Amino acid sequence: MEAAMGLMRRMPPKHTETALSALLSLLPDHSSDLLSQIDQPLQVLCDVDNAKEFILCEYNRDADSYRSPWSNKYHPPLEEGIYPSSELRKLEIEANEIFTVYRDQYYEGGISSVYLWEDDDNEGFVACFLIKKDGSKYAHGKRGYLHEGGWDAIHVIQVGPEVQGMAHYCLTSTIMLSLTTNGDTSGTFNLSGSIRRQMKADLCVEDGHLCNMGKMIEELEGKLRNQLDQVYFGKTKEMVCTLRPPSELLLPMALPEARKP
Amino acid sequence: MADAEENEEIALTDDQKFDIAKWFLLNSPPGEIQYVAKDLQSVLNDDNVYRRAASEAFPLYNKSHVVCLQFPNRSGEVLVSSYSELSEDEYLDPRTAQVGKVDHVRQICTQIRPARDEELPSPYIEEYRSALDVEISKYVGEAYPKGVCSVYCTSGKDVEDYGSDFELVAVITATRHSPQNFCNGSWGSIWNIEFKDELQTVEVRGKVQVSAHYFEEGNVQLDAKHECRDSTIFQSPEDSAESLMNIIRHHETEYLTSLQASYSNLPDSTFKELRRKLPVTRTLFPWHNTVQFSLTRDLTKELGIEK
Repeated sequence: MEAAMGLMRRMPPKHTETALSALLSLLPDHSSDLLSQIDQPLQVLCDVDNAKEFILCEYNRDADSYRSPWSNKYHPPLEEGIYPSSELRKLEIEANEIFTVYRDQYYEGGISSVYLWEDDDNEGFVACFLIKKDGSKYAHGKRGYLHEGGWDAIHVIQVGPEVQGMAHYCLTSTIMLSLTTNGDTSGTFNLSGSIRRQMKADLCVEDGHLCNMGKMIEELEGKLRNQLDQVYFGKTKEMVCTLRPPSELLLPMALPEARKP
Repeated sequence: MADAEENEEIALTDDQKFDIAKWFLLNSPPGEIQYVAKDLQSVLNDDNVYRRAASEAFPLYNKSHVVCLQFPNRSGEVLVSSYSELSEDEYLDPRTAQVGKVDHVRQICTQIRPARDEELPSPYIEEYRSALDVEISKYVGEAYPKGVCSVYCTSGKDVEDYGSDFELVAVITATRHSPQNFCNGSWGSIWNIEFKDELQTVEVRGKVQVSAHYFEEGNVQLDAKHECRDSTIFQSPEDSAESLMNIIRHHETEYLTSLQASYSNLPDSTFKELRRKLPVTRTLFPWHNTVQFSLTRDLTKELGIEK
């Protein structure tokens, strides 16, 4: 398992799916471990009832069907699928509505889906917030800069039972992204990758689960975006400049005054 | 459900395992194939299949990544590439006129021998080749802290005098491996240089490929490629070499500038296409006050100003 994870952090992120299916076929006994530790790019289906797209994941899957958060129906239809309790479903509907607005404000496009289900082990529930955006100029890229651009965000949050007005929240967030620009003079420039982080908090239930979960997701998603931008992209840039330093670094003796703007 | 799926799964044949193993090895980032090989061996748990996959994948990987190997006596190094390849495990270093015997899987050069006359270009071609090698080495020494380069004749190496076409290839490679910092990278450029006797021109085609991998608690990779063309006039070996080196320097410097521009465009344009740093409202999302959304949404619908 350790070696399998070692391979996953070296394979090109754009080949995650191929690498994962290769590992699954080599290590069939570890399939549930592999599937829970390696996130795959998100897939989308269209809800036939209201022509709205929804995101597929392990958490809305039953057999080979996926439940839409919009109509609460399985696609393709399923005789006896699993559904959340009516109370949770109410929260799920609300969460989907609000998360749509959140997604629009940060992403200016894309698709989002939220799924809730009972967590029998610790008397609470689990929620999964998903966002998928195609930011290429052919899809939802507002400014038309990207030849290809995909962003998948997966936020899984475990909510413990209410104890004296407080609940324990444990959030695991994964971001997978790839962006490519293409130009005559600049060639093809692609950055791709994935990171996963965790955040835990004990919060007052009075504000509502949705408010608590939302704030945590917003904070961690922002942090991950910043880390990708500053740390991860930054490190690859640093590497490029170590390989072939820009000319100003090669002439440290050049008059510093002369280069001031 | 999951069990049913597992039962349906048929055990992989050796050939399928071999294909998977080869795929993992060939997709290793620059400088990481040995780490991939180690993990792969333990996942695969089948030495025969691994050895077969390694013996096919390593030579391909070493050539496509232009791996640079030290001579056993440290008197120089040999670049493993399709341009220097004499046989599966013998690679030419034209500068020292030596041939290195390469152990692909261990990625070392085990022996050297002097190159035979028929493996080297004619004196006429060698003048052009070595003049270019001198210029490019000078440039690489200045521009790349850890760069290596070599110039090969890929066509017309037996041309003895004026009146025929020939082709040289200049290969430049720089790598940096810093596993303790979870960071590896490589810069490789290949310049095809066609000397056309009839037109008295020299056609230049360049391919630059840059990759970087940062994997501390994550996995982020840069993959950048660029191709370009240029030309100059057919001159004496020394003059040709100098103008070719200037062309290469110019294009590579320009490409580096455009790479830097791609990076500086990230925060405000390209990365923003995926997700903004702040919402369009420029304030954090009002989770405390979400009731308003259903109201405003109904309102925008009624007014018909929905996007």
